[in-house]
Amino acid sequence: MDPRLITAVVVVVGIPAVLVGYIAATEWVLQLLPQRARPRIRPWLWLTPALAFLFVFLVYPTIGTAIRSLQNADGTKFIGLANYAWFFSDSGTLSALKNNVIWLVLMTILCVGFGLLIAVLVDRVRYEAAAKAVIFLPLAISATAASVIWLFMFAYQPPGTAQTGTLNAVLTPPGIGPLPFLTISGFSFNTILLVCVMSWMWTGFCMVIISAALKAINPELLEAARVDGATEWQVFRGITLPLLAPTLAVVATTIIITALKAFDIVYVMTNGNFDTQVIANSMYQEMFLFSNFSRGSAIAIVLMVAVIPVMAFNIQRFQAQEAIR
Amino acid sequence: MTTAAAIGARARASERNWRRRLGSLPTHVVIIILLVIWLIPTIGLFVNSFRPSTAVQSSGWWTILFNPSELTLQNYSYVLSQAGMLPGFVNSLFISIPATIIPLFVAAFAAYAFSWMDFPGRNVLFVAIVGLLVVPLQTTFIPILELYASVHIDIGPIQINNLNGQFLALWLAHTGYGLPFAVYLLRNFMGGLPREVFESAAIDGASPVTAFFRLALPMSVPAIAALAIFQFLFVWNDLLVALIYIGAANPQNAPLTIVVANLVNSLGSGWWYLAAAAFIAMALPLIVFFSLQRYFVRGIVGGSVKG
Repeated sequence: MDPRLITAVVVVVGIPAVLVGYIAATEWVLQLLPQRARPRIRPWLWLTPALAFLFVFLVYPTIGTAIRSLQNADGTKFIGLANYAWFFSDSGTLSALKNNVIWLVLMTILCVGFGLLIAVLVDRVRYEAAAKAVIFLPLAISATAASVIWLFMFAYQPPGTAQTGTLNAVLTPPGIGPLPFLTISGFSFNTILLVCVMSWMWTGFCMVIISAALKAINPELLEAARVDGATEWQVFRGITLPLLAPTLAVVATTIIITALKAFDIVYVMTNGNFDTQVIANSMYQEMFLFSNFSRGSAIAIVLMVAVIPVMAFNIQRFQAQEAIR
Repeated sequence: MTTAAAIGARARASERNWRRRLGSLPTHVVIIILLVIWLIPTIGLFVNSFRPSTAVQSSGWWTILFNPSELTLQNYSYVLSQAGMLPGFVNSLFISIPATIIPLFVAAFAAYAFSWMDFPGRNVLFVAIVGLLVVPLQTTFIPILELYASVHIDIGPIQINNLNGQFLALWLAHTGYGLPFAVYLLRNFMGGLPREVFESAAIDGASPVTAFFRLALPMSVPAIAALAIFQFLFVWNDLLVALIYIGAANPQNAPLTIVVANLVNSLGSGWWYLAAAAFIAMALPLIVFFSLQRYFVRGIVGGSVKG
């Protein structure tokens, strides 16, 4: 028998047993304490495993990365902001930064736009559930698999031979193609293609959340407007859209963060070549190709700073939510 | 109302009905076009995964419509036996299952404390967790890599030098990375359970441990199921974290995503095998999606603040 199978069984049964045992043991330990101290100590015992994991895997390393970003390549000396100066002057990272801006803007527009369009449209038809499942499906698969799917879509054969990629087969008869997708130079065209692949995956996410908000709108409100003679477009502009605005803001922030951290699709489809480099991939290359952990750290901190506004927005929204809870 | 007026009203209503149906025709057309765009890429890959390599190289997947006889399982048998997809599949299971179970338990304890126990700093601490939801994983890689590299455990049969490359490295990392979302989702659900249930349990002398296992956990099954599916698919589909902690250190432990990504680079001359490889990597997520779609969607909607 595979020794790893034994390990797996031990882990799958053993770890829950240890964790359940831990919680049971806390009550036993609390019995030793005076009655009045128990409610004060108990919550911390329940929180300890989670807080320990959060500290070791999120808080401590973030601080460590911030410190490391101020050091030289082998982490032996502080060199001030030199790594950041490099980041904002190197042509490679600057083009990654530019591409990430394209990712951020275009992916947000595509995902939220199509998500809204599809949510509103399928709300009016009987096959809504099936249609939503189709749009949502790509979110369940890995970005790696999605990359392979689209490598086949983008496949290119020289002019004159039969095209095997779906897109080129469509574009060749009218004389537009065949286009060597993903290796086209200029206009950041390849980056735009990668953003389209990611948007194909994430539109379903926006659609599901927007659709849930759409269903929460009181239908009497819309009906009243229609009775008063408003056209469908006026109802949408005047009532539906303003009521959906907070939801659109929430899904947009999620997409923005996803776009900022984009990695898998770039790594698999182009590995940053042909002007498709992004921040996350340049950090990966800095770490494992050039073994420069300090520059890698500086890139990570740039990412971190970029998400801080979203973090503040989330916290603010959470507190508003709690206030009415 | 006179009969004539009633007939007139009915005629107008039926006319309106007809107009509405005709008016909705563009809606159907637009939806169908979008559905086709969304489905075609996956269908194309699915068809290609069953076509012989010569056919994949010389014609598009749609030619199957005119020539339906040429189908083969040869691509699947090749990638499973020769290209490391079978060990990759097993590794992905070894990685994903514990990396789903551990955070579920740890998060459930914390969520229960946040929901039903009173302590100073409760709100501040929870707000901090909401903040941690969007921390890019990139900011954690380097210190944890170095921390893992410095691990030396030597107790009898367990000898670990350098956690990097081990499954344990991913189990722990994914637990840490998944926790903010897990605590957030479970706390929102548990906090919404009826207060009376826990009050009467306390009056009956039930300890918090009993109340947790007998009441809170069973009542939270929908949220736990949603979370389990979400975390499982997140880990199963993850490429970056696996590349960082397993990647070069121990290719034998590489999950499917790494195997497929490597195939993309190495199969320059055999790219037609990729279709079958990608479908093997997609198989489990697709099964989960089709059988548990309701829970999966609930997890996504419940966690719309996660990045």
